[in-house]
Amino acid sequence: MSVNVLIPSALRGFVDRQSEVEAEGATVGEALAHVAAQYPDLKHQIYEDDSNLRGFVNVFVDGTNIKKLKGLDTPVANGATVMIVPAIAGGF
Amino acid sequence: MLKLTREIEEKIRKAGAEAYPNECCGILFGSEVDGGHAVNALKPIENARESGEQYHRFLITAEDMMQAELDARKLGLEIVGFYHSHPDHPARPSDYDRDHALPFYSYIILRVAEGRPELMTSWQLQLSREAFDSEELVIEP
Ligand SMILES: [Zn+2]
Repeated sequence: MSVNVLIPSALRGFVDRQSEVEAEGATVGEALAHVAAQYPDLKHQIYEDDSNLRGFVNVFVDGTNIKKLKGLDTPVANGATVMIVPAIAGGF
Repeated sequence: MLKLTREIEEKIRKAGAEAYPNECCGILFGSEVDGGHAVNALKPIENARESGEQYHRFLITAEDMMQAELDARKLGLEIVGFYHSHPDHPARPSDYDRDHALPFYSYIILRVAEGRPELMTSWQLQLSREAFDSEELVIEP
């Protein structure tokens, strides 16, 4: 399966300034691992270790948060859009 | 450097006053310019923290961020940062802000004292995540 992975502005510096990259994989996890293998700097930013994403990283497949699906095991169709989205918080 | 129009600055000040004693928050749409970011539009976001915590916390959910990323792409802009208020607290990033921030983005902080908007500052997190650097706010008419 070939999917489009949309990169948020804060992470574009790690993927040669692209807003979108193509990836191969049958699941969200495989597609993200494929992107991470091409861009090791991005991998360091979004992965906590070899298999888990950092806490602020959320992923949507065609508009649905993968937390409501099967997480990184969520299957992706050919041509699906996978979005990496940071959650934002603050205060004092 | 973060460039803002007077109109956008006023919108943020008003949002801070209206949300008082709670924190307001929102998303800055714009572009990268020489030496920083320029803001072209803003999207106020409903603070997603539980109401008892909103006096010192804000949260923009992943769902709101997802929608905002799509909005930005439609406008031909990008998310360049966020704004939030510090009710009765200095316009300086807290440790909590630092723990939850990402490099690249500009973080505007507005101090609101007893309901009145006061000092507005902007900050960028260092790549090391150790501290924020202050960023000049350039307000254009
Ligand atoms: Zn803050």
